[in-house]
Amino acid sequence: MSRNATNREQFRPATHENEHFLLTTVVGSYPKPKWLNRATDLASDPDSKFTDEHLHEAHDDACRAIVDEHERAGLDTVVDGEMRRNEMVEYFAHRIPGYEFNGPVKVWGHNYFDKPSVVGEVEYDEPWLVDEFEFTRNAASRPVKVPITGPYTLASWSFNEQYDSEEALAYALADLVNEEIEQLVEAGATYIQIDEPALATTPDDHAIVGECLERIVAGVPDEVRIGLHVCYGDYSRIYPELNDYPIDEFDVELCNGGYEQIDVFTDPEFEPDLALGVVDVHTAEVESVEEIKANIKQGLKVVPPEKLTVSPDCGVKLLPREVAYEKMKNMVTAAREIEAELDAGEIDLTAPVPKAD
Amino acid sequence: MTELVSTTPGLYPLPDWAKQDLSDLKGHQKHDLISGDEGTDIVNAYDRGREEVVSEQVDAGLDRIVEGQLRWDDMLAHPLTVHENVETGGIVRYYDNNNFYRDPQVRGDLTFSGDVAAELETTANHLGDESLQAVLPGPYSLSDLATDEHYGDDAAFLDAIGEFLAGEVEAFPEHETLFLLEPSLVFSPPEEDIDARVPEAISAVADATDANVVVHTYWGALEEKVYAHLMDADVDALGFDFVAGDRDQTLYNINEYGTKNDIALGLVDGQNTLVEDPETVRERVEWTLDRVQSQTFDTAYVTTNTELFYLPENRAMEKLAAVAAAAETETEVKA
Repeated sequence: MSRNATNREQFRPATHENEHFLLTTVVGSYPKPKWLNRATDLASDPDSKFTDEHLHEAHDDACRAIVDEHERAGLDTVVDGEMRRNEMVEYFAHRIPGYEFNGPVKVWGHNYFDKPSVVGEVEYDEPWLVDEFEFTRNAASRPVKVPITGPYTLASWSFNEQYDSEEALAYALADLVNEEIEQLVEAGATYIQIDEPALATTPDDHAIVGECLERIVAGVPDEVRIGLHVCYGDYSRIYPELNDYPIDEFDVELCNGGYEQIDVFTDPEFEPDLALGVVDVHTAEVESVEEIKANIKQGLKVVPPEKLTVSPDCGVKLLPREVAYEKMKNMVTAAREIEAELDAGEIDLTAPVPKAD
Repeated sequence: MTELVSTTPGLYPLPDWAKQDLSDLKGHQKHDLISGDEGTDIVNAYDRGREEVVSEQVDAGLDRIVEGQLRWDDMLAHPLTVHENVETGGIVRYYDNNNFYRDPQVRGDLTFSGDVAAELETTANHLGDESLQAVLPGPYSLSDLATDEHYGDDAAFLDAIGEFLAGEVEAFPEHETLFLLEPSLVFSPPEEDIDARVPEAISAVADATDANVVVHTYWGALEEKVYAHLMDADVDALGFDFVAGDRDQTLYNINEYGTKNDIALGLVDGQNTLVEDPETVRERVEWTLDRVQSQTFDTAYVTTNTELFYLPENRAMEKLAAVAAAAETETEVKA
């Protein structure tokens, strides 16, 4: 069963002008400022005077800059663009006892990933993201969303030397994610997003992800919003099963595929809130406000406005930074215009919407 | 009495220094990948890497030495992606892995290339008394990984790829063994329109060499019918994945239909960093051979189930030692 998703109202800004409220958010990653990449190189250069403390300060500066950029774009909830994270599995594996690193493995061409190995029982030690969250919250005037790589992906994208199966490893990691969320909630976090890109490539494992989510949300108060993001894949292979996931919101990448799969979610009725990708993260062309409005209307085929969140398709870190910003800005403008049109009764929610091409 | 021969199915991870150097020399984008006409610096880096993986194998004591295929950016699709009549399309997923390769789109006749033969020539120069093993994709897997924009139908395309590979093999320097990797036979089995042609295409490649030819399959068991057809191929051994695969189905196929006089046993996990003890591998050899009731083998190749590039360099090299030691524990085992 989906959780009771009435917790979205807490994210409505006090200054929000429309009666309708389409929650605007981002998936997580954002292009790193060029100077941060230079600082990272310097910190790893033994001949440089640049220290880890300097790098920490550079991360703080980057976090402030990106939060500010998100707020200028008008987003209702912000993140720090994952400025402190190098990669979505490595970052967590470095913080989880039980993991070890043996060196890079190939993904494609000369793109590598420091795929870690689980060589002992995974354990919870120090908090993973609490410092990051507290810093971002202090830098932000809008609510902060915290993206966490999900246990199924952490398990799938690791070598498993310890557990009898990948499933057993995923459950052990899910218990750790639950502990982390407990710490984050204690620190004041109200919006958590679990990222499970690995489910897109192995959709038959949807029941394992479901059991992971049960473990993740155990004891998490209802007012904490729990989202799940799954990147582009064949969603029909996990729908309607995902209606049983204990989440408030399901975040999908559909803009990239021209909403060909949107009808998958119309029957049976979609239960959680829908967080719909309305800008493509694989093209540097900035969508116009009109184009994005048409995309948002695709979401209204699946859920009513009070259950619709709008976001980019996925993390935007591979886009040029100015393009990422323009996409966010147009996305928020489009959402606000749709809200106003809904307020004015100009959008017929019963009429069929043509598919965007 | 069965002779155990330690070997690997090739496709090694680049040494860590070469990952860095070649990434700097070549770049990270799709158009930066290997084209077959790379410049001197790149050639030199690969030569150095090749020499290194060859001496790692020699030091580990493997009975067959492979080239390592460090240049194969597109994994098993490589022989096509460097071909002059093939264009490379988008980046597509490599089977069920978190790995990607350029889609080879065949747009003209698959004429002789010589790319792999040149690699093997260089390798042969590094060897003394050791036995060279050539590795190629099998014709079915290579056709399955590619897109045909020229030959028109699946059967003609499969035959053309078989002939192309046979032409490449004819140019190879002397080699003791040829491994043809056929994971697609498991992963996406041939449809009825071409399933009977698969063994013919394989035989065409095998007939181009005097070496012992092994058709190695992995990521599961072969469907019964695919196996039955594969037995028609004129090769010396079939290879099986006893790590990731459905062992019961594989043993059923072997016992029900018989198998070739030699066999290849994928018993060391090429996709997990956990390094098996040689004793464990040896036990697996005996366990497997004990379950083939009706047959004894002249030769059993002991190998990792898959290519090795999935592993970090250090663990891949440790796996070599485990494979070699497992075959050495005694020279012969009673099957």
